[in-house]
Amino acid sequence: MSFARTFATARRALGQLQHDPRSLGLLLVVPVVLMGLIAWIFPTHDVDRYGPPLLGIFPLLVMFLVTSVATLRERTSGTLERLLTMPLAKADFIFGYAVAFGALAIVQAVLVSGVSFGLYGLKVQGSAVAVGMIAVTDALLGTALGLFVSAFASTEFQAVQFMPVILIPQLLLCGLLLPTDQLPTVLGWLSYAMPMRYAVSATTVVMTSPTVTASYWVDLGIVAAFAVGFLALGAATLRRRTP
Amino acid sequence: MAVDGVSFELPPGEVVGLLGPSGSGKTTLIRCMVGVQIVEGGSVEILGRPAGSPALRRLIGYLTQAPSVYGDLTVRQNLRYFASVLSAPDGDVDRVIDEVDLRGEADSLVGRLSGGQRSRVSLATALLGTPQLLVLDEPTVGLDPILRRDLWGLFRRLAAAGTSLLVSSHVMEEAAHCDRLLLMREGRVVASETPASLLARTGAPDLEAAFVALIDRGLA
Repeated sequence: MSFARTFATARRALGQLQHDPRSLGLLLVVPVVLMGLIAWIFPTHDVDRYGPPLLGIFPLLVMFLVTSVATLRERTSGTLERLLTMPLAKADFIFGYAVAFGALAIVQAVLVSGVSFGLYGLKVQGSAVAVGMIAVTDALLGTALGLFVSAFASTEFQAVQFMPVILIPQLLLCGLLLPTDQLPTVLGWLSYAMPMRYAVSATTVVMTSPTVTASYWVDLGIVAAFAVGFLALGAATLRRRTP
Repeated sequence: MAVDGVSFELPPGEVVGLLGPSGSGKTTLIRCMVGVQIVEGGSVEILGRPAGSPALRRLIGYLTQAPSVYGDLTVRQNLRYFASVLSAPDGDVDRVIDEVDLRGEADSLVGRLSGGQRSRVSLATALLGTPQLLVLDEPTVGLDPILRRDLWGLFRRLAAAGTSLLVSSHVMEEAAHCDRLLLMREGRVVASETPASLLARTGAPDLEAAFVALIDRGLA
């Protein structure tokens, strides 16, 4: 793996988005609009209950979709095949995308957190910055998952359909609809395997406690570990040779 | 597509034509050489190393059949990225832009270029880092006659500078530009010789007729 090639790949991926202002706009604006909708739907009390976890989940969904389609486009256009005949490590490719979309994730999270807390009047007991950090980590996780699943899809059509497969079960079991300790036993166990559970659990800490506790850091660390793990898996499952 | 018992030389300074009808295994053979084809049984060696080994990745320039460049980047941005992946020297980007005659389009988005211009961007990418061996999959398909002539001129210049070239085509008239020919049919190399000796051996008036004669008479 080389720092220069990873960085060049990241810069190139961002350069592509620069020429595609509509995608860039959607990427940054969609979570903000969705949070506005949440703020509008619920009375104040419930906004503060559902808002903060969703603040992390929306960027995850958006980044998952964008990343899985972007990498699939490399596969179908032949640019990935060409790159793999060059001295580019598979990890350079995967981590290059992670760096590029990670940078976007930070911008996205700052924007959506800023607007939600500043304009929509979202409130938590703890600090807004702690919620923002969860949003960034979630967005990175979305990128990592998107890179990983794109290895199992051979068309954009297939890639998009991985979203309900990978993300909806997490949405149902992460503790947002029902606290995880109230889930049926087996589903409760299953939720431990889902990174979104830890993101929601970290958010709950910030919502209910004025200070950031150790369990916040543990949860956030677990989400980050899932992200790094899926990036590594993504690099490992990328094949130089194809039929 | 199976490709059987193929072994051939690509001497420095020569243009070898890989010719055969569509579906004869040209692309499969080329993908084996650059190490992106799953090889079931058998081995492929180039420059004394197994195909696809890391040491070869700097020595072989590969042009895919469909242009593989980023449509949402400019010509220069595309080349700059691939140059940094190859650690190609500074100035290489401008050199290859000149080689394929795209100076005027250097800052245009590749997605807005014509098909012929796009395939030249793809070709320019393969020239980055001055590889020892250039493997070009149908570089002239779909181009107009003037452009085809210019590209063959470029291939000759590259060969004169000591590069080995393998150029595939399904158009037999292109064979006349090559020093040696590899004729493929149904996954086999059925002839490996100079255009002159192919004509002499078959007694055919042109290379297209020679190829047909070779198949018909079972001379292969």
